[in-house]
Amino acid sequence: MTPRPILDVSGLCVRLANGTPVVEGVDLSLEPGRILGLVGESGSGKTTVALALLGYAKPGVRIAAGTVRVGDEQLVDRSERDLRRLRGVLVSYVPQDPGSALNPSARVGEQLADVLRTHSLPAGQDQITAALGRVQLPATREFIRRYPHQLSGGQQQRVAIATALVCGPSLVVMDEPTTGLDVVTQAGVLKEVQRLRRELGVAVVYVSHNLAVVQEVSDDVAVMYAGRIVETGPTAALLARPRHPYTRGLVASIPDFLERRQLRGISGVGVRIGAWPRGCAFAPRCEQKVPHCEENVPDLEAVPAGSLVRCTEWQRTPPVTSLPIQARLRQDAATPLLGIESLRAVHRSRAGDVVAVRDVSFSVAVGETVGLVGESGSGKTTIGRCIAGLHEPTAGSIKLNGGALAAQASKRPRAQRRQIQIVFQNPQDSLNPRRKILDEISRPARILRGLGRRAAEADAVNLLGQVQLPSSLAHRYPAELSGGERQRVAIARALAAGPSLLICDEITSALDVSVQATVLEVLRTLQAELGLSMLFISHDLAVVASMATRVLVLESGVVREQGDLERVLAAPQDQYTRRLITAAPRLTSDPSGLVPETAEASGPEHG
Amino acid sequence: MTAQATVAHGARGHLSFARTWSGGIGLVLTVSVLFIAIFGPFLAPHPPAALLGAPFQAPDSAFPLGTDILGRDVLSRVLCGGRTVVGYATIATAIAYVIGGSLGLIAGYTRSLVDPVVMRVMDVMLAFPPFLFLLVLTTGLGTGPYVLIIGVASIHVPGIVRIVRAATLEVKGRGFVEAAVARGERRSAVLRREIVPNITGTLVADAAPRLTISILLVASLNYLGLGLHPPAADWALMLSENRPGLTIQPWSVAVPGLLIVALTIGTNLLADAVARSRGTSIDRELIAR
Amino acid sequence: MEPGHDSDPPPRTRHPIARFVVWRVAVGIALLAGISVLVFIGTAALPGDAAAQILGRNAGSGALAILNRELGLNKPGPVRYWDWLTGLLHGSFGHSLVSGDPVSSLIGFRVVNTLILAGAAGLVLIPLAMVLGVIAGRRPGSAVDNVVASTSLAMIAAPEFIIGTLLIFFFAVKLGLLPAVSILAFGTNPLGDPAVLVLPLATLVIVGSAYIIRMVRAGVVEAMRSDYVQMARLNGIPERRVVVRYGLRNALAPTVQVIALTLQWLIGGLFVVETVFAYPGIGYELVESVIARDIPVVQAVAMLIAAFYIAINILADVAVVLLVPKLRTAA
Repeated sequence: MTPRPILDVSGLCVRLANGTPVVEGVDLSLEPGRILGLVGESGSGKTTVALALLGYAKPGVRIAAGTVRVGDEQLVDRSERDLRRLRGVLVSYVPQDPGSALNPSARVGEQLADVLRTHSLPAGQDQITAALGRVQLPATREFIRRYPHQLSGGQQQRVAIATALVCGPSLVVMDEPTTGLDVVTQAGVLKEVQRLRRELGVAVVYVSHNLAVVQEVSDDVAVMYAGRIVETGPTAALLARPRHPYTRGLVASIPDFLERRQLRGISGVGVRIGAWPRGCAFAPRCEQKVPHCEENVPDLEAVPAGSLVRCTEWQRTPPVTSLPIQARLRQDAATPLLGIESLRAVHRSRAGDVVAVRDVSFSVAVGETVGLVGESGSGKTTIGRCIAGLHEPTAGSIKLNGGALAAQASKRPRAQRRQIQIVFQNPQDSLNPRRKILDEISRPARILRGLGRRAAEADAVNLLGQVQLPSSLAHRYPAELSGGERQRVAIARALAAGPSLLICDEITSALDVSVQATVLEVLRTLQAELGLSMLFISHDLAVVASMATRVLVLESGVVREQGDLERVLAAPQDQYTRRLITAAPRLTSDPSGLVPETAEASGPEHG
Repeated sequence: MTAQATVAHGARGHLSFARTWSGGIGLVLTVSVLFIAIFGPFLAPHPPAALLGAPFQAPDSAFPLGTDILGRDVLSRVLCGGRTVVGYATIATAIAYVIGGSLGLIAGYTRSLVDPVVMRVMDVMLAFPPFLFLLVLTTGLGTGPYVLIIGVASIHVPGIVRIVRAATLEVKGRGFVEAAVARGERRSAVLRREIVPNITGTLVADAAPRLTISILLVASLNYLGLGLHPPAADWALMLSENRPGLTIQPWSVAVPGLLIVALTIGTNLLADAVARSRGTSIDRELIAR
Repeated sequence: MEPGHDSDPPPRTRHPIARFVVWRVAVGIALLAGISVLVFIGTAALPGDAAAQILGRNAGSGALAILNRELGLNKPGPVRYWDWLTGLLHGSFGHSLVSGDPVSSLIGFRVVNTLILAGAAGLVLIPLAMVLGVIAGRRPGSAVDNVVASTSLAMIAAPEFIIGTLLIFFFAVKLGLLPAVSILAFGTNPLGDPAVLVLPLATLVIVGSAYIIRMVRAGVVEAMRSDYVQMARLNGIPERRVVVRYGLRNALAPTVQVIALTLQWLIGGLFVVETVFAYPGIGYELVESVIARDIPVVQAVAMLIAAFYIAINILADVAVVLLVPKLRTAA
């Protein structure tokens, strides 16, 4: 007899104050000691569901219908006082950003003691020590007296987890707990979650946008899109053979650093709250849609392997194919386009100088993509900025085609400035909000190639097409574009100068994974067409692996390892590299889940 | 967009400043008083300095608001008395923006030696109590409109420099500005095309409470007799001149007083509504000052 | 160092607070010095002949020359500045150009009067405004909040001299309850005749409290909207505790800054309010001296007030550092 589920959500509906639905008709169920992954991109409603599991809704939002049962208690339609009694003791929450979720004026010990005392539990030294020990934090007097700002990101997150566990809840809701942590710390936290489930028998709802992480940690998964669950079932089976077109699109867009394959993003733009289409919310972007998909919202149907899918056409969903990456352009290794020799750079501040880049040397050949991988603080961004002429190195040389590059961009001759272009991380900042897209894209052509206004604008429209954006976007302002669209415009702007080297600095780190896939594929296509060299900077090993042929692994400003991508990933020499590779989450630990296709069968696709 | 962002976005969209009730009241008050101040002199029945009747006569058909301490028509003086308050405050604030804005832009963008030198000087000026500064200035330079304008402008300059510098620094770090720098564009082009258009929003939000403060300062100084001299027709001056007649003929004090209050409250409400439409609040602007 | 950076941030320096206080005081003294230069230039180094002022426009040039020499006005600027500054530091504030009396005797009792008025105003308005600010901030958007917020928004903008005149009109003229002008017998102080304090006090309280109310309200609203308040609620902590230990506790620092700003504003407001009521404090004295161009008095009072202003700044900065753990533990 299966144990009674510890969590039972039925028909949960959450709406804005004006009635606009945010979450609609969500059913979830979780047995004790099991981990459920709740997956979705921004706007899917997953955080809203996570909060509703504690009977909480943010200001301006309310739980309009449905029931949430945790243990023996109903959490909807209870008084705030009752809910407070239950929160922390029956069900608790681990927030996404622990830095801002801990009381800045309270010491570590006090944060824990506060929760204990609220629920009338003993809050003495023993309890605090035990709580900290449970998440492998030192229980020294010194540590207990620290304030949140005196903890590292990983420590803060562990304190948050300790606080969530301290009263012994039956269910813990973790809301993207590893976002913002570097990959090695993230791996540590994930191990922690699994250990806690094993030792304490807690049930966990793990919310994330990262399918690979969810796959590593959860037993079952529920995928959300536009406020509804579109597919749910056992994790391994569901991710090996997704039935809903959206899930399939997500899986196909996730880069994997060992099985390098072409990525396919999901066309179209995510659905915004208040703008849900009639019928199936995914229909506008779906390749398998039929007319009735846009009329009615499908119900959840059972599917082999124990999953439920919200799609009437699920039978037609093809498996995720693994198209190997196109053969790279032959590189002419003899003529390095870019040569970096013993580069050294510092960040100056009032607190003193911090060495960001120490003695880094490498080269980029014509047509080659070199990846720079490292966590924040590794110096990878600084290297990119030095090459672009935005940061002055303190020592070393940068040579373009054998000729020296001046440290500042303004001092470089026009021909050199043309050849190196850079695209930045943050899509909110990458474009001038006061200028139309056409204006923004045509500018480099006018400044660096001396084109007149008409010629530059025609060229700009052309470029929009090359980054697969409709030319109607040319007369819009950046505020009207989505993040992925803005990044593609930034790429088009960079290309308008006709560069030979494109520096991509974490250009997809702030984008949803399906959007990221589109941008990366566009970039890969362009590179093949134009024979571009690229310096691809990212903290995400899988993303770098899908783009680069050679890679440099950076740590604290030093190159730990460099070489051919295949070799570094298969046989890493350096300990740090090995740690990175082990810690990076992978979507499929079971290679048989993907159906590989041979190169001939795939045929020449995007040119 | 997340649920929270949608709520915030929606709320902000509906608060476009003319539509909140307090912003609406502010707009009405400000516009009405400005109208009287600007067009009043054309509507005045008598010259403001003319001695036409007995002092402190009660309102009647000849003098709808009665006469003042010297027997001049209160209505005419009221209609003519707004220009000085509004005019000097506006001119002083505008001058402050020109000077302070340029200094702030240069300090924020060039980060050369200019930056720390300018900022230290601003720190000293900011440490000087504003009203005290005006009093000291009038001691040395004498009273009169020019001193008034210079003094009020000087009070605003440090605050403006700080705000413009901070806004410039913030915009400077954004991707599109760095892209322009990487293209090797000239400093003047970057300032003109990329930076200035993106700080105007901050400036507008900052200007509104500043204008209120300018009006308060000018009015207070005029009241103390340290700005304009009699026989000038000025609302604040009228308040101090006609105080002896408060019991007999309150209109000569009440009307100019009410007009000043209406103006300052109106501009303040407007300033708050503008700030709220940008997602911030006037309180934060006041602290930044 | 461990990859993953899951270890401690770097250690802190010793005695950070003491060093900060010393630094702040040093900066304050430097600022005061800068201000003294500005004051001196503003009053004595600009055109406007002090000797001609005293002797009148028709004085002969010989008499002018003698007086100039006596007043030391024929010495070069920097020398005069130095003489004046050293004099100040020794407590000798010079003599009034109008009455000839030593400045210290003129302003001594006035400083006391002003302190009484300002002190009383602070004691009344700070607690009152803080309470109102917290009440409004706890329930943003409610009826109470709308009333409080709008009223204070309007009151901030109201000029003190108009409020003062209004109060005089109603309470002194119409109702005859309180004196319209604060006339005190020379040598007595307001504590002996508190009726003269009431209206000036009321004026200061009305306008000044509006300021604090707005700021405290904003601070409370921001603290209550923060992530850590939401987290506390999600941990089941009862609302009362959330408000006090999570909300208000983190709104303390901005509140201290606001109080400091208000005290500084009070200084500015005092000039006008004392003049409206002819209250015998240094604010009124300064205004009269400015009108009479009694330079030594202006200089002395200006420096006194500036010193006070800067002292408040220093106290506020130190208080904020003590209250905010992040600043307190930083180097």
